Amino acid sequence: MKRRYKMSFALALLGIAHIVVFFAGFFAPYSFSTQNRGLPYAPPMRVHFLDEQGRFHLRPFVYTFKNDSAGSGAYEVDRSPQYPLHFFVRGSSYKVFGLFEAQTHLFGVDPPARLFLLGTDEYGRDQFTRFLYGGQVSLAAGLIAAGLSLLLGIIIGALAGFYGGWIDEILMRAGELFLALPWLYLLFAVRAALPLHIAQWQVFLLLLGVCGVIGWARPARLIRGVVLSAKERNFVIAARTFGGSDFYLLRRHVLPQTYGIILTQAALLIPQFILAEVTLTFLGLGVGAPMASWSGLISSLQHYYVLASYWWMFAPALLLIPIFAAYYAIADELQEHLKSVPL
Amino acid sequence: MRYIARRLAHAILLLIAISLFSFVLLQWTPGDFFDAMRLDPRVSAQTVEGLRSQFGVNQSFVARYVRWGRSLVHGDMGYSFSYDAPVAPLLWSRAKNTLLLAGIATLLAWMIAIPVGIWTAARKDGPGDKVFGAGISTLLAIPDLVLFLILLMIAVRTGWFPTGGMVSSSFSNLSAWQKTKDIATHFALPAAGLAIVMLPMLVRHIRSAMLEALESPFIRAARAHGIPRARVLLRYALPVASNPLISLFGFSIATILSGSAILEVVMSWPGLGPLMVQAILSRDVYVVAGIVMLSSVFLVAGNLLADVLLFVSDPRIRVGKT
Repeated sequence: MKRRYKMSFALALLGIAHIVVFFAGFFAPYSFSTQNRGLPYAPPMRVHFLDEQGRFHLRPFVYTFKNDSAGSGAYEVDRSPQYPLHFFVRGSSYKVFGLFEAQTHLFGVDPPARLFLLGTDEYGRDQFTRFLYGGQVSLAAGLIAAGLSLLLGIIIGALAGFYGGWIDEILMRAGELFLALPWLYLLFAVRAALPLHIAQWQVFLLLLGVCGVIGWARPARLIRGVVLSAKERNFVIAARTFGGSDFYLLRRHVLPQTYGIILTQAALLIPQFILAEVTLTFLGLGVGAPMASWSGLISSLQHYYVLASYWWMFAPALLLIPIFAAYYAIADELQEHLKSVPL
Repeated sequence: MRYIARRLAHAILLLIAISLFSFVLLQWTPGDFFDAMRLDPRVSAQTVEGLRSQFGVNQSFVARYVRWGRSLVHGDMGYSFSYDAPVAPLLWSRAKNTLLLAGIATLLAWMIAIPVGIWTAARKDGPGDKVFGAGISTLLAIPDLVLFLILLMIAVRTGWFPTGGMVSSSFSNLSAWQKTKDIATHFALPAAGLAIVMLPMLVRHIRSAMLEALESPFIRAARAHGIPRARVLLRYALPVASNPLISLFGFSIATILSGSAILEVVMSWPGLGPLMVQAILSRDVYVVAGIVMLSSVFLVAGNLLADVLLFVSDPRIRVGKT
């Protein structure tokens, strides 16, 4: 009972995270490129329910900063005017599904005031907004790269396990080669092989491709193992004697038995690839996509003055932890489940 | 003996394949180290061409690979363009620092992980196991980059630890005792960070290996004989659980050079990691290839070591495979 509870909690967390990130335009109060040059490195704002006199307000409100003048860097909260939070407000336009124009945002405050839930960056861009938009790039990166390496892993693992013989021998030796290569250094080396200055989305796609291609070996080995035992099961042999073709047998009878392994591997690979992209960008070898990405947000922590003075710049990095934890929890639970169900 | 010889031959073949693979990858690079020089109006075209032929950049692919392979065997591992020196001594001076850091961190992680793993396995599902389990899961979910940045922020904020490097600038005029202290303070944070990154995986593996051993019937028999709990754990269960641990130890050795690259860059530890990033950005291909080769050697050697240790320690493998 408790087990199922943990699994559904993790799934719900991931589901919410993905929905919020997918509809970033709606959930974020601003556009990801809106700058407030007068408010660089503004600290996160508190959303208040109680005012100075201790009266409770049903509608939460925020205060503005006293010195909106640029450059001083020290912000003081101006406690006199209250700016109530409004829901479903009209703001900058964005696109849903890349098709429909929309202007409604979940929440916002009236113009003289600004709402920075996670503070702002050096150009006064809202970090919360950029985190949501950044998620679109980073989560997609993880999903695409993991999908690619799993696809390769399934094809190669199924071929090796199903046919055996020299095909198996060659494919698994190649897999050993890929497992033995130090993957981070290999990513570096591949990045070195790419020209340093090409369009950012090209680098992005190429890196995803490389991540996917490098990662196939481990899932392929596991899938091969399952296929190896699955193809000897009685119903598979029966189907073969009825004249089922190899492709039919694989698709209908053998591969369905590998779903557990595939899901577990997906839950492990997605966060790994998100992290790989973040790491590469942090080291200055990655994409720095034109839009915000999580890697871009975390890369700003390279600056000593950011580390020393602006603690809220850590928020995007810390927000990765629950997302990763959810992925790993799902992988754990799946593994436990696989162990308890005899194959 | 035949088993070990076969594993050794296998490892050498694997290394050759890796060398070929990484070399192909690097030679695929459009442009080379001398491109930047060609754009410099102060350097004449003849000079650039002279340098190119001197370093053999304009030779055919096979010729370059053979040349590089020969220098690998001779032990200079090619020539660094930007340092204008053979790669091997350069790598060695950096690898020493990496080995020092990663070695101590690995030792630390194992020293914490073994007792924690055994203890949580012995008290399965007890309150202690649950607390440690939750802690380990949390640590596992913290991406290593984020962990290093948090540690770095602690160093910056508190000022208790230096924020990077291996020694202070005044290192050369310190006394021997002060030198040791200086290195130790520079050491604390990176070593702790690396150990924390390694810890969750180690604890989990040790715990599950112990659990599996503890479920065997002979453990129940030993308990029924009235053999004390601690003795059952350490003398009966631990040796049975040691096989996966030996493989794990091999893996620890295998990743000792490549596992700390990110940490070294974040905390500016003068190891192989920063050298690698620099070499990539300046297209210093032989340095990149050298680092890939060196860490692959460690990877392959670590796994080989695990195989040999298993062979020595477990009679089942000895009898089965020969």
